[in-house]
Amino acid sequence: MKRPSEWRLSTASLSYGKELAPSFFYPTTPEYGGRRIMPKEITGDRVFTWLAAGIGSSVIIIIFLMAYELIKESRLAIDKYGLGFVWGTTWDPVFFEFGALPLIWGTLVTSAIALLLAVPVSIGVALVLSHFSPVRFRFAISFLVELLAAIPSVVYGLWGLFTLAPILRDYIYPPISSTLGSVVPILAPPVIAYSVMTGGVILAIMIIPTISAITRDAFAAVPLAQREAVISLGATRWETARLVMSYARSGIIGATILGLGRAVGETMAVTMVIGNRFEIPSTLFQPGYTMAAIIANEFTEATEDIYLSALIEVGLVLFAVALVINMFAQIIVRRSLKMFRGAVRE
Amino acid sequence: MAYKFEVEQVDAWFGAKQALKQISMKIKENSITAIIGPSGCGKTTLLRCFNRMHELVPDARVSGRLLFDGQNIYDDDVDPVKIRRRMGMVFQRANPFPMMSIFDNVAVGLKMNGVRNKAKLREAVERSLKRAYLWDEVNDALDKSGVSLSGGQQQRLCIARALAVEPEVILMDEPCSALDPTATAKIEQLIMGLKEQYTVVIVTHNMQQAARVSDYTAFLYLGELVEYAETVPLFENPRMELTEQYITGKFG
Repeated sequence: MKRPSEWRLSTASLSYGKELAPSFFYPTTPEYGGRRIMPKEITGDRVFTWLAAGIGSSVIIIIFLMAYELIKESRLAIDKYGLGFVWGTTWDPVFFEFGALPLIWGTLVTSAIALLLAVPVSIGVALVLSHFSPVRFRFAISFLVELLAAIPSVVYGLWGLFTLAPILRDYIYPPISSTLGSVVPILAPPVIAYSVMTGGVILAIMIIPTISAITRDAFAAVPLAQREAVISLGATRWETARLVMSYARSGIIGATILGLGRAVGETMAVTMVIGNRFEIPSTLFQPGYTMAAIIANEFTEATEDIYLSALIEVGLVLFAVALVINMFAQIIVRRSLKMFRGAVRE
Repeated sequence: MAYKFEVEQVDAWFGAKQALKQISMKIKENSITAIIGPSGCGKTTLLRCFNRMHELVPDARVSGRLLFDGQNIYDDDVDPVKIRRRMGMVFQRANPFPMMSIFDNVAVGLKMNGVRNKAKLREAVERSLKRAYLWDEVNDALDKSGVSLSGGQQQRLCIARALAVEPEVILMDEPCSALDPTATAKIEQLIMGLKEQYTVVIVTHNMQQAARVSDYTAFLYLGELVEYAETVPLFENPRMELTEQYITGKFG
């Protein structure tokens, strides 16, 4: 049997492998005297380390390549229109006047409508699925909700075009518009089936499965001890649900961001129902256009270099908007998680 | 002396497994009753029958009568939420709400009862924290997170949370099992002070603790109530052989 001091010496000698693979890869442990543990199989480990590093960094490389390519291809338009491209409100392929503001507006507004509608519904679905339904029904409801995510976007578009939009126009929009329209100007009549609002509604339906699935997992992760604590204080179901929501706040935010990410880039379904009119409409019940939609619609028609370049610049702006949203979201999630740091002792 | 609880032939199940068999006992008002017994004997289940928490477990059920101030809480027309508002519960592991401040952790029950008045809330929070012997340690940090406290402080915070709603009964499920001796001593001292105003039922693994704090002790074994008597005679002179074997450490 080795004496402790010898044992320590032998683990120390293992650190000779440091230069073979990045040492940060191995955790330090107090049991090993704070030294990094090195595995015996050094060759295989080296291969794995570099393989993992390579795969991991390829994601970053792809993002940079995409940004580079977008900037390169839109160079022509950037040089010609400058920053004015982002503020411009004309889109004239004949006289080569291009500005993207109505498209940016359309993307942001349809996404916002989608979130406003989808988040409350998704939270409700998640509460039912995680805590407030008989266990035997949960699998079936979950399955149905997740099935929504499997439907191709073009099918949503067709359904929106032929079924949803006419129903909304005939039965849903008129009462909303005639009552709220006088108070909230953007909801004023007349209402049109293929409008910004319909685009938002379709997006909402499409992102509900994403948001509700992640929110459900966050709710399911709320410790039983937390729920029992509030129930023992005499909480009603609603009060218990409020506790669950407040505990899982960061999960809800994370889920919302993922939904938003999907809404911003969604192309086909929105293109089919938004009306594709290049303007900033005065009400939400009028047609509009989004960045993704115009790229899909006009890409094949863009035969002149400057036209093509302008479309690619729209893609660049979309890319930037998506990046900014995600970064912003990361900050919010991190901030709301901070509160829990070292908090939940198990 | 009035009885706070009268348990009459209560059975409890988890699915097909019977956890409690024909438990009958009466618990006096303003007394401390300890429930002891080896792991898995049903102590916690019995405690959770008092405030209808047992039924929260899927497939769990209870039969028999459990009178609380003479009213059977298992009658069909009884709302468990109302019953639970009259009792406070302290769990084995401290479970303060991490997203709330110390103040809100104590005030949460009152807020659920509709108390909105700031001054009233402040006063109740201060009173509860004092009663839980925590006020001196936290009075300058009430807006800090409840989980910034040590384990023993967190458990006292949970006791304060249970006391804030002015319950009639405090149910404690091994409140000291995760604490060190110093914190345990503080909480035991606190429990003994509680019986002037409350009826306390405490489940404990620790027989010395039962002997130190309680007036009455119930010994449960395999879901059956073996012996229920005043604490001192039960420990000094148990009537049942099983009780004697347990308290002398022959099993369990």
